Amino acid sequence: MGDTILEVRNLKKYFKSPRGMVHAVDGVQFSIERGQTLGVVGESGCGKSTLGRCILRLIEPTEGEVIFEGRDICKLNKRELKELRKDMQIIFQDPFSSLNPRKTVLEIISEPIIFNKLMKGASKAEIENRVLELMDTVGIAERLINSYPHELDGGRRQRIGIARALAMNPKFIVCDEPVSALDVSIQAQILNLLKKLQKEMGLTYMFITHDLAVVHYFSNDIIVMYLGQIVEKAPSEILFNNPLHPYTKALLSAILVPKVGGNKDSIQLRGEVTSPIDPPDECRFAKRCDYRCEACEAGNPPLLEVEPNHFVACHCIKPGENLLKEREGYVSAG
Amino acid sequence: MTAVTQKQGQSATLASRRYKKKSGFVESWNRLKTNPGAMFGLIVLIIMVLLMIYSFLFITKDDVMAINSGNRFKPPSAQHPFGTDSMGRDLFKRTIYGTRYSLTVGFFSVAFGFIVGVFFGTIAGYFGGWVEEIIMRVSDVMASIPGMLLGMVIVAVLGPSFLNLLIAIGISNISGFVRMARASVLSVKGSEFVEAARAIGMSEIRIAFSQVLPNSISPLIVTATARIATSVLAAAGLSFIGFGVPVPLPEWGALISDGRNYLSLAPHLTLFPGIFIMLVTFACSLLGDGLRDALDPKLKQ
Amino acid sequence: MIDESTTNSEVVLEVEDLVVHYELKNETVKAVNGVSFSLTKGRSIGLVGETGAGKTTTALAIMNLVPKPPGVIKSGTIDVCGYKMLELKPKQLEKIRGKEISMIFQDPMTSLNPVIPVGDQIAESVRLHENVSASQAYDRAVEMLELVGIPGERAGEYPHQFSGGMRQRVLIAIALACNPRILIADEPTTALDVTIQAQVLNMINDLKKKFGTALIMITHDLGVVAKMCDDVAVMYAGRIVEKGTLEDVFNDTKHPYTEGLFNSLPDISKKGTDLKPIPGQIADPTRLPEGCAFAPRCRYATDACREKPPTIHQISPTHFVECTAYDDPGFHIEGWQNHG
Repeated sequence: MGDTILEVRNLKKYFKSPRGMVHAVDGVQFSIERGQTLGVVGESGCGKSTLGRCILRLIEPTEGEVIFEGRDICKLNKRELKELRKDMQIIFQDPFSSLNPRKTVLEIISEPIIFNKLMKGASKAEIENRVLELMDTVGIAERLINSYPHELDGGRRQRIGIARALAMNPKFIVCDEPVSALDVSIQAQILNLLKKLQKEMGLTYMFITHDLAVVHYFSNDIIVMYLGQIVEKAPSEILFNNPLHPYTKALLSAILVPKVGGNKDSIQLRGEVTSPIDPPDECRFAKRCDYRCEACEAGNPPLLEVEPNHFVACHCIKPGENLLKEREGYVSAG
Repeated sequence: MTAVTQKQGQSATLASRRYKKKSGFVESWNRLKTNPGAMFGLIVLIIMVLLMIYSFLFITKDDVMAINSGNRFKPPSAQHPFGTDSMGRDLFKRTIYGTRYSLTVGFFSVAFGFIVGVFFGTIAGYFGGWVEEIIMRVSDVMASIPGMLLGMVIVAVLGPSFLNLLIAIGISNISGFVRMARASVLSVKGSEFVEAARAIGMSEIRIAFSQVLPNSISPLIVTATARIATSVLAAAGLSFIGFGVPVPLPEWGALISDGRNYLSLAPHLTLFPGIFIMLVTFACSLLGDGLRDALDPKLKQ
Repeated sequence: MIDESTTNSEVVLEVEDLVVHYELKNETVKAVNGVSFSLTKGRSIGLVGETGAGKTTTALAIMNLVPKPPGVIKSGTIDVCGYKMLELKPKQLEKIRGKEISMIFQDPMTSLNPVIPVGDQIAESVRLHENVSASQAYDRAVEMLELVGIPGERAGEYPHQFSGGMRQRVLIAIALACNPRILIADEPTTALDVTIQAQVLNMINDLKKKFGTALIMITHDLGVVAKMCDDVAVMYAGRIVEKGTLEDVFNDTKHPYTEGLFNSLPDISKKGTDLKPIPGQIADPTRLPEGCAFAPRCRYATDACREKPPTIHQISPTHFVECTAYDDPGFHIEGWQNHG
C-alpha cells in the first residue's frame, strides 16, 4: 500500500468550439496505486476518453499535473516523453480502426520494438521470436503472423492491440472501452486475458468504460464522471453498496440484470446530459437531479471525503450529514 | 511440435516465411483482372509502351526528319501505312516516334505533380494550422489559373523545349494532388491507429508519412492515372498552338497542328495522330476507373 | 400467465422454417438456417444472440425487406396477421408494413430524413395507411410525440435538433403511429447511454401495454431481455438453439450456448467470481460445420454433435432446446452459478 504510480492533480482540458469553450475535463484529481485498477465510468460526452488521452499526453492538457512515478509528464520534453511512453500504453475501443489496415500482425506488433530500439542489435529472427512470444501471451495462433487486420475478427484484433501495447513492457495501461465493441462471449475472453496479464506482469490499469457491470468486475477503485468532473469516487465495493451521489444512484439502478424479475424499479433521470460548452457555475447535474435546491445553484460542489475513502461532490452530502435522506420522495436504491 | 522448436529460437525458417502472406498488391491485381475495361486500357498502354521501345530501337531521328519532296501527301498504303505528310515524311514513323513525347510527358509530369503535391498535401492535412493555411492558399492560387494558360506562361518564360513543356504541365498538376492528398489524409488522420503510433513514441512527421500516407494513397493513384490522360492532352494542346515541342519534332499535337492546314487535301494527317491521342487518354481513364474499384478495400469480399 | 396466453391466444405472427442466404460472388453467407417461432397478441419475444446469429436477417425477412440480391429466401413461410408476407406483391406489402407490422432500427442517427421536420415524418406514415386529411394526420403526429415524451410544439423541428435518445423516441412514434399489431425493435437502445436506455425501454413497455402491441425485441443484452420479454429465443449461427418463456430459459437453462452466455457476464451482485467465457470464435456463417454449429466451442460436444445436425428436444410444453446431447436422458449442463 501507499505505492502511488500515478497521480493526477487538477487536470483540465478545454477545447475551442464555434459555440464556446468545451469543458471536456474540468479539474479532475485522483491517484492510482501500483498493480491496481481504477475504473472510470460515465456516459458519452462525460470526458472519460479525453481524460485517458490527457494522461498519456496524446492530447495536451490545458492545465494541471500528471505525475507518473514522481515526474510530471506535462513538463517533459520530446525525448523524455518518448522514453516515458515505454511505461505507459493504451488499448483502444475500436478494434477496427486501432490497427493499421496496411500492416501485418508481425509488423504491427514489432513496430514498437523496432522503433524504440528495445532489442538493440537483435536479429530479425530474434525480434520475430519476441513477437511470437507476445502472440502466445495474448492467445493468437502463430499461423496468423502474416495476416492483415481485415482478415481477423474483432476479438483477435483486440488481442493484437493488447500485444502491441505489451511489446513495450509497460507498467501502466489505459484501457479505453476495450470490450464495448465486442460480443458478449468474446468480451469475457478479453476481460479474463487482461486480468491474467495484470496478475502476471503486475500491471496497473485505468479502465474506462460505460458498462457498470464490467467496471465492477474489474476495478479496485471507481470514479464516476459527469460532464468533465468527478461526482463520486470510492472503492468498488463501497460505491456499489452505498452510492451517495444522485447521479451514481441513477446509473446503478439503470443496470439491467439478466435475471427474471431483476429489473423492477429503476430511478428515472429526467432529460439528457446538458451541454459541456461554457457550463454555468452551479452543480452540473442540478438540471436532472430530483433533489435539487437553491444550494445547488450556488457554485460547483467540491469533491469531499464524506467517509473514509469515499468522495462525493454534492452540496447536500457532507461528512456526517446527508440531506438527501431527509428530503421528501427519497427512495432507497438498494 | 515445430511450434515448440520455433519458440526456442533455433528455427531454420522464420514463422513469417512458413505462413503465406497475402499481398494487397496481388489481391488488387486479381480484382483488376476481372474488369474488362481496365484490362483493355492496360493492354492499349502496354502496346503504346512497346511501340515506344520499338521507335527507340529502329527509328532514327533522320527517318522522321528527312524531307522527301517527291513523296508528299501520299494516302495510306502498304509502304506508308499512315501515308506521308506535306514534306513527304512517313507519318507512321513520325507518329510512332511521337509516343516518346506523349508518354513521357504524361508519365513524368504526373509523377512530378504527384510527388510535390502529395508531399505538401500530406503535410497540410496532417499538421493543419498555419502550415495548412499557407500550403492551401498557394495551391488555390495555382488552381485558379487555367492549366493551359499556366503552361503557356511557363513555356513563354523558359522558352519552348521538351523539358520546359514537361515542367509546365507538371506544375499545373500540383494543386490537384495537394487537395486530393489533404482530403485523403484528413479522413485517415483521426483513426485510432494513428494515436497508437503516437503512444509508442513515433514522431509526427514519421506518422504522417509511414502510417497515414500509405492508407490514403489509393485514391491518389486513381487520380494520377486519370491525370496522365489530361496531361497527354495538355501537351498535345500546347504543342498544337506552338508552345510545346519545337516544330519539326513529331509530337502528336504538333502533327495535328501541321495537318490542320491540309485538312481537306490529306485528312489522314490529323486523323492518325488524333486516334493515338484518343486511345491513350481513353485507356488511362478506363484504367483509372478500374483501379478505383480494385484498390477499394471495402469491396474486399 | 398460462391462462392468459390460452384465452388470449390470437396468433399475430407465425414464422415457419425460414432459410435466408446471401449469395455473394465467391461465397454464400448462411444467415438464417431454419427458424420457426410464433407470437401471440400483446406478448413479447426476445431474439438473443451475438454478431452473425441471424437476428436482424430474420427481422428483415419478416418485413420482407431482405435486400435481393444478394439475399435469397431459400424456404419458409411468414404469416403476419393472416398475410403471407413472402408471397405478396410490393404494393400490398407497403400497405402492411407500418400498418400491421413496424420496425425500429439500432441507429437513430441515420433512420430519420434530415431535411423533413419530425412531425411531417410521422404524419406521412399516418397518411400512407389511413384515409385522413393532412391536418388530421399532423394532429395525430403531435399526439404521438407527446405519447413518447416529446413536447408537441417540437413537431416542427428537424432531426438534428434532437439528441440520440429523442430521435429514438421519434422513430418509435413513427413506428407506432398507425397502431401496428407487431413491433420489431432491432437493438433499439444499443447506441444509447444507460440512463437514456432505461427511459426508452420503460416507454416501449408502457406503449406496448397501452396498445396491446406484440413485440419482437432483437438484442444481445440478456438484461434487456429480462426486463422486456415474456418469451426468449436464443439464436446461434442462424438457428434458434433454445426457446421458451423467460423463466424457462433464464432459470432452467438447457443449451450449453445459453449457459456460456450467462457465464460470460460479470455478475453485479457477486464480486470476485471469475468469468467463464465461451472459448473460440463466433461461427463463421460462410463456413458452417456439418454437425451442430456450436460444437467447436462446446465443452460437452461429442462426436455425434460434430457429425449430424442437432436434434430438438422438448423440455416442457413451452421449453425447447436444440442439442444432440439431450439424446442421452441423463445429460444435464453444469449450470451457471445461479444468482437467484
